[in-house]
Amino acid sequence: MAKWSSKAVPEAVIELNQVSKRYGSGATAVEALSGLNLSVPRGCLYGLLGPNGAGKTTCLRILSTLLEPDSGTVRVGGLDALAQPRQVRELLGYVAQDVAIDKILSGRELLQLQGDLYHLDRADRDRRIAELSEVLGMVDWLDRRCGTYSGGMRRRLDLAAGLLHRPAVLVLDEPTVGLDIESRAAIWRVLAQLRDQGTTVLLSSHYLEEVDALADELAIIDGGQVIAAGTPQVLKAALGGDRVTLRVREFSDEPEALRVQLLLQACAGVRQVVVNRSQGFSLNLVVEHDGVVEQLRQQLKQAELPVFALAQSKPSLDDVYLQATGRTLMDAELAIAGQRDPKAERKQAMR
Amino acid sequence: MTISSATDPATPSLAPAPAAPASAPRSAFSELSQETLALTRRLFLQLARRPSTLVAGVLQPLIWLVLFGALFAKAPEGLLPEGMSYGRFLGAGVIVFTAFSGALNAGLPVMFDREFGFLNRLLVAPLRSRSSIVLASVLYITSLSLVQSLAIMATAALLGYGWPGGAGLLLVLVILLLLVFAVTAMSLGLAFALPGHIELIAVIFVANLPLLFASTALAPISFMPTWLGWLAALNPLTFAIEPIRAVYAGHFSLGEVVLVAPYGSLTGATCLAVLAVLALGLFLLIRPLLDRKLT
Repeated sequence: MAKWSSKAVPEAVIELNQVSKRYGSGATAVEALSGLNLSVPRGCLYGLLGPNGAGKTTCLRILSTLLEPDSGTVRVGGLDALAQPRQVRELLGYVAQDVAIDKILSGRELLQLQGDLYHLDRADRDRRIAELSEVLGMVDWLDRRCGTYSGGMRRRLDLAAGLLHRPAVLVLDEPTVGLDIESRAAIWRVLAQLRDQGTTVLLSSHYLEEVDALADELAIIDGGQVIAAGTPQVLKAALGGDRVTLRVREFSDEPEALRVQLLLQACAGVRQVVVNRSQGFSLNLVVEHDGVVEQLRQQLKQAELPVFALAQSKPSLDDVYLQATGRTLMDAELAIAGQRDPKAERKQAMR
Repeated sequence: MTISSATDPATPSLAPAPAAPASAPRSAFSELSQETLALTRRLFLQLARRPSTLVAGVLQPLIWLVLFGALFAKAPEGLLPEGMSYGRFLGAGVIVFTAFSGALNAGLPVMFDREFGFLNRLLVAPLRSRSSIVLASVLYITSLSLVQSLAIMATAALLGYGWPGGAGLLLVLVILLLLVFAVTAMSLGLAFALPGHIELIAVIFVANLPLLFASTALAPISFMPTWLGWLAALNPLTFAIEPIRAVYAGHFSLGEVVLVAPYGSLTGATCLAVLAVLALGLFLLIRPLLDRKLT
């Protein structure tokens, strides 16, 4: 089995370069990734943030060798994932979004199967199962059939399966989606522990607070491309001040919003004024200091514009996303929700 | 907010594997065996916990044997070759049909694994060869079919329809192995070619009984209309049924004619050769599909 060697492995453990992937052909084709570039440093807990349908799962499926890209290069631990998929699989632990377990088997039997597929010797396999069942709190129910498990138990079992062979890189696709707070916290603790002990962790999520809390670095994906990347702190700091959301009326129209935008752009200490069309033409802007807000109120009053609502907050990752795309992450989710075809996506995931 | 692992010194390590190899490198064969046996064990665990498949697989042909045997017990003399009783005639057909039906269902577990994403779990593992997924299915279905067939043979013996004897039993097993291998290959090919289990079940449903009736399982070719006789003489099941029937009649030898078809007479050796070619041909036919789906 390929083992991790700090000498052999370059600083970037995962490198995707100009990766493109299209599903289907003709008019119904869907471009999941379009020239995506990604670089994940060694020993980092890296978040992949984006709305559903942004291309996160396709990116992770390509990384885990389940899917071949149409073009581009993929390297994991210095290995070409397209030319040496088996060696890359030895380095990787993959925890898929949809937990695939055999309901008839017990959790222990599933982990034993997993260990045999990774060619662990029996003693090591059983020792490892005992370790992981303790770390992940599975001791009490590991010998019960998987069909009786809750969502959180299944997710922990799946995480244990991904960790069984001590992978150098752990890839998780939406690891906490649909989980209760307790299970989510347990998984967060384990991921942080893994990072602290030297495992590179790449997780996708559309939970802003999850990525903000967990990730050392992150990339925001939209439309199959990375639109921003860096540490959460740097990305938020780059916005340069507090975020203000302004609504002059409860229901504004576009001409009025554009007029206000022009007015605000002329104000000193105001930057990056964006009209948020999906939120009733509210305006999102950055103010350099607290005093600017009062100046804004004066300017609006002089222009005989009312203020229906004005909220000021520290920058969040959602603001980073908004700044890059002109819409919030939730709006992006809502926009895409009606366009997705679960049946087609299930077929894409099938071999 | 930042999440801290707050690692307890007593907590087992989750750290990645060290650079130094933990154990001596193992041979490719050893790794292939390990993964194949693990996958086969999973299928047998499923069977042990859901034995209804096995029970139904044995009961159905037994019902066929008892009911059809009784239905045609008073068949006119001279209808069957060598004045054979209908029960003895039917035994070979039911044995082959049992093995055939079991093998035809071989693709279903694979199809469910595709649909529920379990196959992806297997495919992200560094398998020595992904043929182990197919091998495990073949091992499982072959064992199951043989157990079912032996149960039918034992019941047929109890009903007074005869027992093939030691050498005859070996020949029956070889014939069943060839048939099961061929049909399992076809079923696995379908499991990867068809879009879902509904379609696969539909194909199994459509193929199963017509292939039985268009064979010599229930009646000899001489009893059939010409067109059906041709179909039966081309049906792979007939090539498995007739040598087994000759074994039950107690006079099988490889050079002896066991099937008088509209296109000519076939010996036992020819029937075995046809089955072997069929098994090999189907394996070669589905191999590109399996390669494409599993690599």
